[in-house]
Amino acid sequence: MEYFLEQVINGLQLGLVYALIALGYTMVYGIVRLINFAHGEVFMVGAFVGYFGFTNWNMPWPLAILVAMIICACLGMTIERLAYRPLRYAPRIMALIAAIGVSFFIAHFCSLKFMFGPNYRVVQRPFEEVYWSIGGVTISNIQLLIFVTVVIMLLGLQYLVYRTRLGAAMRTLSYDHDTARLMGVNVDRTISLTFGIGAALAAVGGVLYAIAYPQIFTFMGIMPGLKAFTAAVLGGIGLIPGAMLGALIMGQAEVMTAAFISSQLRDMIAFSILILVLLIKPTGILGKTQPEKV
Amino acid sequence: MGVNSNLKRLALYAVGTVAVYAVIKLLVVSGFINPYWQRVLDQAMIITIGALGLSVIFGISGQFSIGHAAFYGIGAYTAGLVTKSLGGDVAAFLAALVAGAFMAALVAFLIGLPVLRLTSDYLGIATLGFGIICKVGFDNANKVIPAMGGATGMTGIPQVANFDWIFLFFILSIILARNFVQSAQGRSCMALREDEVAANVIGINIFKFKMMAFVFGCGLAGLAGALYAHRYPFLHPSNFDFLPSVDFLIIVVLGGMGSLTGTIVTAVGWVFLLEALRAVLGMAFMDWRGVIYALILVVTILVRRQGIFGNKEYGFLAPLVFKAKEGPNATVKG
Repeated sequence: MEYFLEQVINGLQLGLVYALIALGYTMVYGIVRLINFAHGEVFMVGAFVGYFGFTNWNMPWPLAILVAMIICACLGMTIERLAYRPLRYAPRIMALIAAIGVSFFIAHFCSLKFMFGPNYRVVQRPFEEVYWSIGGVTISNIQLLIFVTVVIMLLGLQYLVYRTRLGAAMRTLSYDHDTARLMGVNVDRTISLTFGIGAALAAVGGVLYAIAYPQIFTFMGIMPGLKAFTAAVLGGIGLIPGAMLGALIMGQAEVMTAAFISSQLRDMIAFSILILVLLIKPTGILGKTQPEKV
Repeated sequence: MGVNSNLKRLALYAVGTVAVYAVIKLLVVSGFINPYWQRVLDQAMIITIGALGLSVIFGISGQFSIGHAAFYGIGAYTAGLVTKSLGGDVAAFLAALVAGAFMAALVAFLIGLPVLRLTSDYLGIATLGFGIICKVGFDNANKVIPAMGGATGMTGIPQVANFDWIFLFFILSIILARNFVQSAQGRSCMALREDEVAANVIGINIFKFKMMAFVFGCGLAGLAGALYAHRYPFLHPSNFDFLPSVDFLIIVVLGGMGSLTGTIVTAVGWVFLLEALRAVLGMAFMDWRGVIYALILVVTILVRRQGIFGNKEYGFLAPLVFKAKEGPNATVKG
């Protein structure tokens, strides 16, 4: 029983990291209907900046997270400006391929020797890992850190989306760009800021991932990126609670498969769940089915 | 105009095909194309066959699939198993090709039954998931069938497929894809790509044609995989996971959605571009290869957002103009 509960907590840890990435996917998708494949690479850059922050530049780790957030937000907005904005009125698939191109570009560029280099790096944690035992169940301070950080981020995001002008603009845009523009929403600026916020969340996810699973390399963004995106689809893409729910399910599925079946099959189970859910509810768990328009 | 000129056209293409074959053969015999570039050429033709499949699925009938390499892999592994057990003579090789294509088509049918009911991005994600599931399957296949090699890769497949065979199936696939696209079924597929609801209203059974295009396209991927297995001595699960699927997708979109010409030219060009980058950059700048490849991709999309060929077809692939239906006095439009 304790073993099971510990696995639940491990799954929560992984799921919460996925959630941070999935939020960026779902926000961008909600507004511009673009699968932003380069998001996984932003996550990777975040992990590296955080790592450099608390090893090479000797920052306290909260500052390192903040620096990673700022750098990644700038990166996300630059990507949007250079690669996606020119394609906003092109067929959607073109923007998707551009996103794939950008993702390859970032991953390969960062593997160059004067950037991060192609090798795996072992992350020196900025603090010692401490374990507490609560009723026989072990919890580490890293898990607590992830839990607290993600909750803060989520509350912040919730406030931003439902209580600020920017959030109102974002919600308006997700319905209709032209109408939003008529209502006085600055479309370009809002989309740009959405990319920035999503990228900043991915950066936090990256730093937390590097602390929790202390080995990073420049192609690490692909798999967590895909899984986070899958999580966003699973929960109902475009919906913030959906991204959270989907990410928690993906995290649990993966950890539980690894713990009780076989660690080699964990991707298989996670994606099988996705396909099953889509078959039963084609727009994701919380998604609403829209009537087809001619 | 009419039947006679169409026959002349066909004869011209046949002569052209033989001429291309003869020129390449001559260059090989004279040593101008060395074994390395011969490998690249074979690879380019194999990739083209698979890409034609995705072009029919995505470009022609609009079904967003990001799991194409999984079917390529299913074809490769199936065909490999057939020749490993039957031996490497021509009959076994042909049987393996049929088995590879058939198995990929069968799996496509079974997975298509539930999955093709999804639309647009959701279909893409489901096929992406299927691709990753297949990769895990190939990784662990040796636990069920030891000959499949699992994560260390499958070896020992007789290397029967030479340039001649691959060229033959390359041409056959082009003819097959072209005839499918220009048949009534192909036009129904195009109709459902443009608007599913409208296509349904005019009486097109959209699920049937989605399935037809999907099975046909995945069968071509299986054929390509089967050829691959008999040309390169080593099948590894990473050859059939997410990134190769994306390569197929890039080729189809970059060539121009709905243009078989675009798919063929881009597929061959893409494979050669990757190898040319290797040759041009040299060892010192090899790290830059991925960067330049990605830049070329993004810049091409930004410059030509309808794809390199748009939706135009040329030569043999262009639809024939049927003038016979018009009366003798009808004004002939250019």
